[in-house]
Amino acid sequence: MAADQIAFWAFAPISIASAVLMLVQRNAVHAALFLIVNLFTLAVFFLLLDAPFLFAVQIIVYAGAIMVLFLFVIMLFGVDRDEPLVEHLRGQRALAVLLGIGLVAEVVLAVRAGIGFAARAPDGFELVNEGGNPKALSHVLFSEYFLPFEVTSVLLIVAAVSAMVLAQRRARSIEPAEARGNGA
Amino acid sequence: MSTPISGFIVLSGILFAIGTAGVLVRRNALVIFMSIELQLNAVNLALVAFSRMHNELDGQILAFFSMVVAAAEVVVGLAIIVSLYRRRRTVDVDAAAELRW
Repeated sequence: MAADQIAFWAFAPISIASAVLMLVQRNAVHAALFLIVNLFTLAVFFLLLDAPFLFAVQIIVYAGAIMVLFLFVIMLFGVDRDEPLVEHLRGQRALAVLLGIGLVAEVVLAVRAGIGFAARAPDGFELVNEGGNPKALSHVLFSEYFLPFEVTSVLLIVAAVSAMVLAQRRARSIEPAEARGNGA
Repeated sequence: MSTPISGFIVLSGILFAIGTAGVLVRRNALVIFMSIELQLNAVNLALVAFSRMHNELDGQILAFFSMVVAAAEVVVGLAIIVSLYRRRRTVDVDAAAELRW
């Protein structure tokens, strides 16, 4: 058994277990910590799939920045409150589990029909990753995908502005009061 | 090279299903959001696996773009949750059941 297969079978159970544990935690902080474990295992899978650049980005952006943002917001709300477990829609939980199992069965069937369970990665990815994965990615990103890349920067600016607008505190209720004060 | 591509894709489907179940079952807006992140990451895994399977880099590029969009989505979503919390003093999504106030 090759080393990458051993790594896959070692990390796949960790990945699924951490995802399930994230789902059943009542405390949001514990859920966030299990999600971090899951994101790290996904980074390992990126490495196994010969994508070292995405491995680094996954750890820096997801496990680093996004999870810090999540934990920051959780701490902002206070962690002592528990989620009430009363369900308003009857049978929702059972239905969700049933639909999830159905989704997995569907994916398994699709994989079986499409590529088969024994599908292996073809040789020759070293040629695609010529000169290192980040270099090869940059060649594709800055030629073929240049316009989407630029549009992404617009998206990030819009996201930053919208976050500021949404999260500012009572700006609209202050402005009319000030205007009245100035007029009087 | 003998990396099991089908294993990665099945795993990605399982993670996506767990994320979907999380969105459907949980009521804490933050945990729902984390489940959405899990779904996005499962899709990224499938994209990278397909990229490896076809010996092309386009899948990795798409996964990269989806990470950028996910970062923007997290910023906006958390801002919405913060303003919801300011208004209702709770992050329970059932508390925000009406469309107007």
